[in-house]
Amino acid sequence: MKKVLIIGSGGLRIGQAGEFDYSGSQAIKALKEEGITTVLINPNIATVQTSDGMADQIYFLPITPEFVEQVIEKEKPDGLLLSFGGQSALNCGVALEESGVLKKHNVKVLGTPIASIKDTEDRDLFVKRLDQIDAKTPKSIASNDLKGALAAAKKIGYPVMVRVAYALGGLGSGLCEDEEQLRERCTKAFANAPQVLVEEWLGGWKEVEYEVVRDSFDNCITVCNMENFDPLGIHTGESIVVAPSQTLTNSEYHKLREIATRVIRHLGIIGECNIQYALDPESEDYRIIEVNARLSRSSALASKATGYPLAFIAAKLALGQSLVEIENKVTKKTKACFEPALDYVVVKMPRWDLKKFKEVDQRIGSEMKSVGEVMSIGRTFEEALQKSLRMIGLGVQGLTMHTLNFPNPEEELQYPTDKRVFCIGDVLKAGWSVEKLYDITKIDKWFLYKLQNIVECKQALEKGLSKPLLRKAKQLGFSDKEIATILDKDELEIREERRSAHILPFIKQIDTLGAEYPAETNYLYLTYHGQEHDVTPSDKPVIVLGSGAYCIGSSVEFDWCCVNAIKTAKELKKTTIVINYNPETVSTDYDECDKLYFDELSLERVLDIYEFEDPEGVIVSMGGQIPNNLAIKLHNAGANILGTSPEDIDRAENRHVFSALLDKLDIDQPPWKELTSLEAAKSFANMIGYPVLIRPSYVLSGAAMNVVWDDASLIRFLGEASEVNPEHPVVITKFITNSKEIEIDAVAKNGEVLIYAISEHIENAGVHSGDATMMLPAQRLYIETIRQVKRVVRAIAKELKITGPFNIQFLAYQNRIRVIECNLRASRSFPFSSKVFKHNFIEIATRAILGEPVQAVDKSTLDLDHVGVKAAQFSFSRLKGVDPLLGVEMASTGEVACIGPEINDAFLKALLSVGFKIPQKNVLLSTGPIEHKALLLDSVKQLRDMGYTLFASSGTAEFLRRHDVNIYELHWPLDKKEPNILTFLQQGMIDLVINIPKNNEARELENDYLIRRTAVDHDISLITDPKIALQTVEALDYYRKNGLEIKSWQEY
Amino acid sequence: MGAVPGGKTSLFLEDGSEFHGHSFGADKAAAGEVVFNTGMVGYPETLTDPSYRGQILVLTYPLVGNYGIPDDSITDELLRHFESSTIQVTALVIADYSHSHNHWNSVKSLHDWLVEHDIPAIYGVDTRAVTKKLREQGVMLGTLGKTAIDDPNTRNLVAEVSTKEKHVYKRGPKKVLLVDCGVKHNIIRAFLDRDITVIRVPWDYDFSNEDYDGLFISNGPGDPKQCETTIANLKKALKGDKPIFGICLGNQLLALAAGADTYKLKYGHRSQNQPCVEQGTKRCSITSQNHGYAVDEKSLPKEWQPWFQNANDDTNEGIRHTSKPFFSVQFHPEATPGPVDTNHLFDMFVDLL
Repeated sequence: MKKVLIIGSGGLRIGQAGEFDYSGSQAIKALKEEGITTVLINPNIATVQTSDGMADQIYFLPITPEFVEQVIEKEKPDGLLLSFGGQSALNCGVALEESGVLKKHNVKVLGTPIASIKDTEDRDLFVKRLDQIDAKTPKSIASNDLKGALAAAKKIGYPVMVRVAYALGGLGSGLCEDEEQLRERCTKAFANAPQVLVEEWLGGWKEVEYEVVRDSFDNCITVCNMENFDPLGIHTGESIVVAPSQTLTNSEYHKLREIATRVIRHLGIIGECNIQYALDPESEDYRIIEVNARLSRSSALASKATGYPLAFIAAKLALGQSLVEIENKVTKKTKACFEPALDYVVVKMPRWDLKKFKEVDQRIGSEMKSVGEVMSIGRTFEEALQKSLRMIGLGVQGLTMHTLNFPNPEEELQYPTDKRVFCIGDVLKAGWSVEKLYDITKIDKWFLYKLQNIVECKQALEKGLSKPLLRKAKQLGFSDKEIATILDKDELEIREERRSAHILPFIKQIDTLGAEYPAETNYLYLTYHGQEHDVTPSDKPVIVLGSGAYCIGSSVEFDWCCVNAIKTAKELKKTTIVINYNPETVSTDYDECDKLYFDELSLERVLDIYEFEDPEGVIVSMGGQIPNNLAIKLHNAGANILGTSPEDIDRAENRHVFSALLDKLDIDQPPWKELTSLEAAKSFANMIGYPVLIRPSYVLSGAAMNVVWDDASLIRFLGEASEVNPEHPVVITKFITNSKEIEIDAVAKNGEVLIYAISEHIENAGVHSGDATMMLPAQRLYIETIRQVKRVVRAIAKELKITGPFNIQFLAYQNRIRVIECNLRASRSFPFSSKVFKHNFIEIATRAILGEPVQAVDKSTLDLDHVGVKAAQFSFSRLKGVDPLLGVEMASTGEVACIGPEINDAFLKALLSVGFKIPQKNVLLSTGPIEHKALLLDSVKQLRDMGYTLFASSGTAEFLRRHDVNIYELHWPLDKKEPNILTFLQQGMIDLVINIPKNNEARELENDYLIRRTAVDHDISLITDPKIALQTVEALDYYRKNGLEIKSWQEY
Repeated sequence: MGAVPGGKTSLFLEDGSEFHGHSFGADKAAAGEVVFNTGMVGYPETLTDPSYRGQILVLTYPLVGNYGIPDDSITDELLRHFESSTIQVTALVIADYSHSHNHWNSVKSLHDWLVEHDIPAIYGVDTRAVTKKLREQGVMLGTLGKTAIDDPNTRNLVAEVSTKEKHVYKRGPKKVLLVDCGVKHNIIRAFLDRDITVIRVPWDYDFSNEDYDGLFISNGPGDPKQCETTIANLKKALKGDKPIFGICLGNQLLALAAGADTYKLKYGHRSQNQPCVEQGTKRCSITSQNHGYAVDEKSLPKEWQPWFQNANDDTNEGIRHTSKPFFSVQFHPEATPGPVDTNHLFDMFVDLL
């Protein structure tokens, strides 16, 4: 084996997130260690795996059989790794095998054979295979059409569970209580998948999973087992999960373990996989729910939870090595063939962002909706759970300290939303019994008793503090801040009281063997259940604060920044420490930094670690907003912050101060004001003129930003979404229509700019920069605009004495630029800028921050011979009911970027990478307001000339006919007349929908919504932005004439 | 459910170190050899394993008592859910006790069970710190609460846990003579499940005149060299050709009878995750273990060969005769607690009968 191709997972989305950056990166490292040349296809430019020093050849290309085949033709690899890029890679690999491409090019699939993958993916085959060894699966019947599904349900008896084959994260699956629900669900499912499975309903059973590893010599071990806090019925990605299992006896644990190894041997899996069980809470009866024949979210979690490098080992096993030969990288004394013994408990908590989508059903169930997760470690369940509740970043201090309200707890408990655990805390406090709670939720009483311990401690604290009680509270995971709030004191006061009482946390190692063997591990957590530290302080280390949970707006890009900062600091001979708690990251891998604290990014915890390590300082500018927000607090508590001074960071963060600063520097900004009453808001909006951007204070139950066009919508929005008062002011900014948005990523040292990259959004301002399509270098700016941007950037860098990374966003209208945002930290687009420019911004920033000599880059991105286009990855298909429309509030869950010789090539590749399909025949047009109809007229004609058949809604059709474009007119969805747009969409007769929204009549809005939503539900390419529509048509034309370039990053 | 006393108590080690916590179980002091086990499940099985006789057991997995204790129902004259008829450890040391437990199969709490058997225990201890100390300095004597130190290894522990008289568990025509040095119930169950009649005899029983098809030497506590009578009896059996199978202490006794030597490990193997490689293959099994002594491979006579080896520390995990059907393993194929991967060794033995 000389050359191996690895397929990545593409843009982060619900059900397929950062965990595959971890697994792919580990696989690359494992292959490189064996001297194998690695080729990687992954359009996710923000990942660590697509960085310098990782794969030998990196292709930023869509994960589709067509593109992968072209790369195979070009690179001629001997082997192919499919199991490190999630369901996308697996599906792609199966397609390549079925079409004979792999055979034709003589490429061998390494690890688990395709036949085994198919056995686990096709539910019917799966059940048959397991029946052969008497392994129990739920009663289930596979159906390829609705009729079959209805018959199956009748046979099994309602309620039934419907599962969709070949779906990531349980997409489309769910409970059906009657025929009507089954009909609805199956109709949708068959639009995306060829098969559904109708299954017996096992609600209330425990959900348990095992991570299994097997080598080609038939050695088979289970590395970790995990138990879901929430019983079956809630997708494991939506569940609170503990490792190891807590409520299973030896008999249950080892019964399921034995079945796991038997099943995995029978299926012939080589490498890593995951098996999920339902376990009867009243007997040892069980069902096997599924086997994932690849690395998964669970395996990333298991890897971090145990310290066992699952992905690394899986890659070695795929090459044919045996578990007995591979060293345990953590102990360096023992072998990979063992099962980790934990001496701590791990809690995984999902991170949701459902509040960002007002139409989405807030209830959780068998489909995944969470966008990220956190992992906490403690020596008791209570300690770990409370840590995790703070880590998810909802502003919650613990189980009993939140601002949520549950007017109808019974309903919340029975039909849970993402907030159920807090409701349990509330009702326990209100005196509900564990038995009553169990009857409603079926959550094992053991977990509920533990929650009760926390509630009882809170009640004791309310009566006053004693030293033993303070110790107990800390051992049950209460934060200083929570205790302070209960006692109406200051956080730092409690900290002092605690320290003087010698109630301190101790640092413990995760060593995979429960301390049985000495380990050189750097994998650490803090606990109040200890009497000694496992480690000694490092010699003047540098601490890098990580990004925390992935959520909308903060994702793998910040992990890339952290990893690169560590790498640079290491090169500068610094001892590096990372604090982070996100199990999906590369920064939390065992081999990235010298010491990893898998713990909270809170003032309390960072200070604990700071005081122990006595570091050179802390870098807060790499991990996004969480560390950035800690800067001033840490500084005030006496910690040394490296890079831009926290006071200057604060000047940029404080809207008033920053605005005054811009005025002083004579830099333009849109007019804005902070207002504390609805009346004042209204009169200010009228003064500056609509449309305006309104930004209410962020409160948990509140809503986010919005653009409003008149008094009525202003009142409606502010009235229903949040309260406006002096404590919760609203910021109103003039919204400038038809302006471009420009972003600059830059690095400075002592106020002098060292490097910068100016990029331009394709969409006009109004689309959040995280959702916008970005071109680097900027393609359509005036030279004068660029000159102004550079001037402003230099002035701000100088004024704020910036040392480190920063990002500024501008509005550009004609030749006038206005600053709309400035962050003195790395931004989302730093990996994009670095990789397209081929200069590592973070390396330069880290050198600057650490006071090392660093050369300014005397080159402009305008000199590049290639173009990079970054596009957002959305997860609308998983968020039922959400209008897939873009606005000022970010909605995307990930991003991709592609590089090409010119804009159309890069743009189309980026679009294809986020799921766009090149339309074959029929295009539906509904092009919105008249100015957009006019704007798009030439493009529509171009589509016609390319041979597409055009369909349109009435207004658009009429407009186009007037301009001599032949068009088929379809009725609006609400007209309920045929030929209807909805029918055409549902029957798969449309390949592309261009739907530009209007902002007038409610009925029109509803029609537009139905078109967009139906397109998403039926996996039809959808464009909703006029500028993107123009670019797409141009790109399609380019593609017909020139094709698309297949070149690795290294070749640009 | 009885209330946990919860008063302060401490674990004292012979080197003078102290570990503080709270009392549960029986309210008394106890002395013994302090050892640790890294298994994450199976405290009812572990605590009743006779090999722990005389030992103060530290569980490294912190959360204990979660699923309570099952009932005392009896099948085949054996307690169904336990490995012997009583708790064998002298005392128990854990980090976090679950004051409330839950499981369909439980009838009482761990605390109540310990009280019933008059065994003291402590929770709230930094068990990782204790374990590190034992790992670095070797197993040590110690006490839970204030009492005199007592070295159990000077006693014949096997005699304490072995059956006092011969007992026959009737099944099929094939008969295994089981020398009980502190046998775990699941070993007996393993034979009964395979329709083998088990003749269970005391550790020092002279079985030369017994009628049997195969000889089995069980696990048990302490230093194998204490069992001189068993070794002498075994030497006689080795002259014959009837199949012999030994587990744990049985492995050490077989080695001693064959003329090899045994030695005390620094801190032993007590866990459910020990990897054992079958010699000459790349096959590795995950095994359950509980032993403080090991066979010195180098001392094996030439007609014997190492069979299994520990992948972590290369110690011996089993031996076999080069021509006769004699073999034994250091690990526990009967599991309970632990993985059942090597259960087939019973089949292998039974097939020879």
